[in-house]
Amino acid sequence: MSTHDLIVPAAAAAARPWRERLGTMVPILVLAPSIAASFIYVFVFTLWTLYISLSNSSLLPTYGFVGLDNYASLWANRRWNIAYTNLFLFSGFYIVGSMAVGLLLAIAIDQRVRGEAAWRTIFLYPLAVSFIVTGTVWSWLYNPVDGIQAFVRGLGWTDFSFALTANRNTAIYAVIITVIWQSSGFAMALFLAGLRSVDPDLVKAAQIDGASVFRTYRRVILPTIAPIFLAVAVIQIQFAIKTFDLVAALTRGGPGVSTTFPAIYVYDLMFQRGQIGEGAAAAMMMLAAVAVVLVPYSLWIVWRRRAEGRNG
Amino acid sequence: MAEIAPDASFDPARPNPTGFDPEAAAATRRHFWSRFLVYAVLTLFAIVYLVPLLVVIFNSLREQSEIARNGLISVPRSFRFDAWAQAWGSYCVSGTCEGMKRNFFNSLAMTIPATIISTILGAMNGYILSKWRFRGSELIFNLMLLGVFMPGQISLMPWAFLLGKLGLTNSTYGLVLIHVVQGISFTTLFCRNFYVSIPDDLIKAARIDGAGFWRIFRKIILPLSPPILIVTVIWQFTGIWNEYLFGVVFTSGQQQPITAALVALTAGGTTARAYDVMSAAVLIGALPPLLIYLFGGKYFVRGLTQGAIK
Repeated sequence: MSTHDLIVPAAAAAARPWRERLGTMVPILVLAPSIAASFIYVFVFTLWTLYISLSNSSLLPTYGFVGLDNYASLWANRRWNIAYTNLFLFSGFYIVGSMAVGLLLAIAIDQRVRGEAAWRTIFLYPLAVSFIVTGTVWSWLYNPVDGIQAFVRGLGWTDFSFALTANRNTAIYAVIITVIWQSSGFAMALFLAGLRSVDPDLVKAAQIDGASVFRTYRRVILPTIAPIFLAVAVIQIQFAIKTFDLVAALTRGGPGVSTTFPAIYVYDLMFQRGQIGEGAAAAMMMLAAVAVVLVPYSLWIVWRRRAEGRNG
Repeated sequence: MAEIAPDASFDPARPNPTGFDPEAAAATRRHFWSRFLVYAVLTLFAIVYLVPLLVVIFNSLREQSEIARNGLISVPRSFRFDAWAQAWGSYCVSGTCEGMKRNFFNSLAMTIPATIISTILGAMNGYILSKWRFRGSELIFNLMLLGVFMPGQISLMPWAFLLGKLGLTNSTYGLVLIHVVQGISFTTLFCRNFYVSIPDDLIKAARIDGAGFWRIFRKIILPLSPPILIVTVIWQFTGIWNEYLFGVVFTSGQQQPITAALVALTAGGTTARAYDVMSAAVLIGALPPLLIYLFGGKYFVRGLTQGAIK
C-alpha cells in the first residue's frame, strides 16, 4: 500500500486527503437534515410557541409583548380549572386502574395457561385501534337509549341506570373506563415481559421455603419488577397529559364543559375562539407538565445506570 | 414441610395410585380451584374486551330498523352488506355523498410515504449514531429523543405558519411532512438501540477491508435489519394511520384523513343515527391497523415494549 502511494502522481496524492475528508463527512451530511428537522421541531417550535404565549395574539399571531398576561387569564379561567382538575382525576384512576387490570391479566397469563397467544391477542388488540374508533364505539355503548343501559333493561332489570356520559358529574368516569379498557393491555404486556425476566431460581427458593403463591408474588416477584411499575406510570401520565382524541370522539368535552382536558382546551382556544396567545400559554403548560414528570424520571434512570455501572 | 415430594410439579391428571391421600386430595382441590379462578378471570376480561368489537361487527351487518328496535347490543336477526357499501361509497356527510373511500385513500396517501421516509431516515440515523459516532453525536441523539415527548399542541401554531408558507395547508403532503418530522425521533430511537447491539468489531473488520459508509450499511447492517425495520414500519404505520390532531387541524372536508372524517361522520346529531352505516365506517377506519396487528402481532408488541423501556 505504501509503495503504491509512492508512485501516485502528485495531483492524485493531493486529491486523496480531500476525498478522505469527504468520506468522513458522509455520516454527518446524511445526518444533517434530520438534525436540522429535529432542532427546528424541538427548539424553534417550542420557543416560537413560548413567544406567542407572551404576545397579544388573538386570531393571528402578532408579536406585541404582553408578558405573562395570557398565563394569568388562563389560570383565572374556570374552564382551565376544570381541565386540570379532570387531568388529575383522570391520571390517578387511569394509572391505578390500568395497572391493576394489567397486572391481574399478566399474572393470570403467567400461570402457564393454555392458548397464551390467543389471550394476549385479545387483550392487546385495542392498542392497534385508534382512540377515535374506541371513543366512537364506546360513546354508543354509553348512550342510554341504545347502549348498555337499554341492553340490561331489555334483560328484565327495568330500572337499571347506566348513563355516565349524560351527566356532568359522571362523564369523566366514562372517559376513565374507556381508557382503562383501551390500554390495560399495554400494562399487561410490560408486566408480562417483567414477570418472565424474574430469575426462576428466586421463585423456586421462595416456594421451597413454603411461601404461598400470593406471598411469592407480593414478596419476591413484584419487588423485582418495581421499575416496570414506575415506567408504566410515567408513560401513562404522559399519555394522560396529551389526551385529546379519545375525549374528542367520546364526549367532545361535554356535557357542557365537564370533560374538558388541557389538550381539548388548547384546540378550542386556538381554533374555535381565536385566542391564539392564551392557547399557546395552555400548550406551554402541557409541555411543563410533561417535563415535570419526565425530567426527574430520566435523571433517576441515568443515576441508576451509573450506579449499576459502578457496582458492575 | 419436612418432606418434599420427589415429583415437585404435581400432576392432577394422575392421581396417587397408592390409594387415598388426604393431603394430596386437598392439593388437587386447591389446584383445581386456582386453575378455575385463572381461567374465569381471563374469560371475564376477554368478554369485556371482545364485546365492543363484536357489537360493531354485528351492527354493520344488521338492518337499521332492527337496531332501532332492539338496541345496539343484540344478537343479529338480519344479515346484509348494504351498510358497508354505503359507508364505503355513498353515505352523505355534510353535503357530499361519497362515503369514506376518499378519506380512506387520503389516509393511505399520508401514511405510506410518511412511514417509508421516516423509517429510511431512522435507519440511517440509527446506523450513524451507533456505528459512526463523532464528537457530540450522543448529544444529537438525546436532542432527537426529546421529540418523542413533545406534546403535539406545542407545534400547532408553528406548523400552521410553515405549512401556510409552503403552500401545504389542507393537503396530504403537509401531513406527510409533519409525520416524517415527528416520526424521526421514534424511528431513530428504535434503530439506534437495535444497531448498538451489532458488534463494533464487525464494522471495524469491514473498514479494514476497505468498505466504506454505504457499503457497510448495504452489506452488513441492512441484512441484519429486517426485525427492527418491521417493528418500526408497524409502529409508524399504526401511529400515523390512527393520528387525529394534525388531521383535524390542518385538513378539512375531502382532504381529511379517515380519523377526522369518522368524527365528522358520527357527530351529526340532528337526524336519527344510522348505526349500521356508522359501524361499517368505524370498521373501515379500524381495519388496516387491525390487520397489521393480527398478522404482525409479535412485532407490534415488541415495538410497544421497546418504545416504552429504552
